[in-house]
Amino acid sequence: MVVLNPILLKIQIMLASRDVIRFAWQALKGYRTRTILMLIAMSIGVASVLVLTSLGEGARRYVRGEFASLGTNLIIVIPGRSETSGSGLGNMMGVTPRDLTLGDAEALTRHPNVKQIAPLNIGGAEISWQNRKREVTVMGTSSELLSIRHWSLSRGKFLPDTDWERASPVCVIGKKIRDEIFTAHNALGQWVRIGDNRCRVIGIMSSEGQSIGVDVDEVVVIPVASAQALFNTPSLFRIFIEAKTRNAIPRVIQFTKDTIKARHQGEEDITVVTQDAVLATFDNILSVLTYAVGGIAGISLAVAGILIMNVMLVAVSQRTSEIGLLKALGASRRGIIMLILTEAMLLSAMGGIIGLTIGQLGAWAIRSAVPELQAYPPLWAAAMSFSVAIVTGAIFCLLPARKASKLDPVLALAKR
Amino acid sequence: MIKLQKIHRNFQVGDQTVHALDDINLEIGQGEYVSVMGPSGSGKSTLLNLIGMLDHPSSGQYYLNDKNVTELDEVEEALIRNNNIGFVFQAFHLVPRLSAAENIELPLMLAGIDPDLRKTKVEQALVSLNLTERAHHKPEQLSGGQRQRVAIARATITEPSVLLADEPTGNLDQKSGHDVMDILEALNQRGITLIMVTHDQSLGDRSVRSINMIDGRIESDITKNSDHVSVS
Repeated sequence: MVVLNPILLKIQIMLASRDVIRFAWQALKGYRTRTILMLIAMSIGVASVLVLTSLGEGARRYVRGEFASLGTNLIIVIPGRSETSGSGLGNMMGVTPRDLTLGDAEALTRHPNVKQIAPLNIGGAEISWQNRKREVTVMGTSSELLSIRHWSLSRGKFLPDTDWERASPVCVIGKKIRDEIFTAHNALGQWVRIGDNRCRVIGIMSSEGQSIGVDVDEVVVIPVASAQALFNTPSLFRIFIEAKTRNAIPRVIQFTKDTIKARHQGEEDITVVTQDAVLATFDNILSVLTYAVGGIAGISLAVAGILIMNVMLVAVSQRTSEIGLLKALGASRRGIIMLILTEAMLLSAMGGIIGLTIGQLGAWAIRSAVPELQAYPPLWAAAMSFSVAIVTGAIFCLLPARKASKLDPVLALAKR
Repeated sequence: MIKLQKIHRNFQVGDQTVHALDDINLEIGQGEYVSVMGPSGSGKSTLLNLIGMLDHPSSGQYYLNDKNVTELDEVEEALIRNNNIGFVFQAFHLVPRLSAAENIELPLMLAGIDPDLRKTKVEQALVSLNLTERAHHKPEQLSGGQRQRVAIARATITEPSVLLADEPTGNLDQKSGHDVMDILEALNQRGITLIMVTHDQSLGDRSVRSINMIDGRIESDITKNSDHVSVS
């Protein structure tokens, strides 16, 4: 009668998993309060990971969007060499960096991968119309800047597409300046005085808000040659280059350096900054931040795991006689461990799913409340928090499960 | 089929060693009807647990169907309990959240038997123990007698060769107690080895063979019917 069929043995060890799940499910239903408490703990853990990482992700997207508004595939040429490798030769020899000139800018247009270039000159000046006046930032540039920086006009036109060297008495003003100088009057077509020059308002910028560095609402844009005359300097403050493709950026940078070097008697006295480099830095910072808050929220998952362990320990002592009975009926130690573990995993999985739902709802609520913040929980956070929930559920249940499996059935059944 | 050789079972209580079983030698053949009697603490429950492999001897050998089961590992023991041994307890020990049918099904589930086969077997058991109408009731909705019948159905569902009953009527009124005894004896008639621990003399008198224990030793071992073998 004693048959030790190895196949049967294996089956007995594994148990039919569907039965185990059903049995665990019935146990969870049987102890409703404790099940609900554990589900709450687990789902809060998972949900907080989701909500916090979605906040981090939202911040990352926000910054990314801000950078994108500066322009795409953008390369910025800054006069002067900033470097960390200690090449102080120029300084030691008393050579100041050569000015960036319109000639330099024009030379840079001669590369097949350059889509467009805008020179920029910047300075402060007084704008006046009738008896109103105020200090403004004056940007001397060309028609290309509009599309390079993704600006738009609310009324009128931007600078005319003419020869950079040609000064013309026109200007485009920011929204705030329009409001303050012209109030209720029509600004378009009016002649204003900027410094010593007179120019006609041909366009009004639409409000872009603060676009990293420059408040578009408070600038006056004039042709670059006019600005050079106004500030009495041939040098440029920046050259903006838009590469045709993202991949072409390195080639354009090299071309830029080579060209300027050739034009500046062998001195590479410029600094080239790309949009991507700056963006990547911010992106990194915010990603690390997101991981960090995700990790902090992950602690709440571990706390939930410990709670599950405690409650499971109580459950095991509550069900001592049941476990003893299962042993008497032929459950092996591993069988008992399987049962308790399945119960915990089922709990964690359900808590995880509820948590994912709550987390998504929370992220949605944030998006609804603050539309600028595209707070979508990243996929890795959802995947991680769910698997961490399952794993902590399993790990923290090993102790109670082992305790249950080691119960002496005689003592367990003696409990009446 | 059950053979105990020089079985000792010692418990440590404080700094005192209690000899719950003291040099037990016993043989029980297939189909016997044995009652184990004795005062509290005489070791009768310990003997039953040991035969049911819920407990292990401190020393000595236990042969079940000529196999030395004292040497088996825990998984093999569990398998033997599942296949060969049925337990009936005084406190029924039904799982409260499971229905009568699900309680009966438990050993089959633990054995990993196919659900369809399980269903058939459970239905047969329900019919033979007259529990069909109560199949989907929870234990708390059943009377004591019904609960014990569910427990018996569960103990016999895997068709074990040995049925161990520890005070099976202890929690029952007289009428239900008699019903339960009738069922157990009917099972014995059909060939199952029935070993019952009781301190109720009237129950003990019903059995063919009665073993009396005192202080962990077999005091007397009387077989009423000469058909059965007696070893003392």
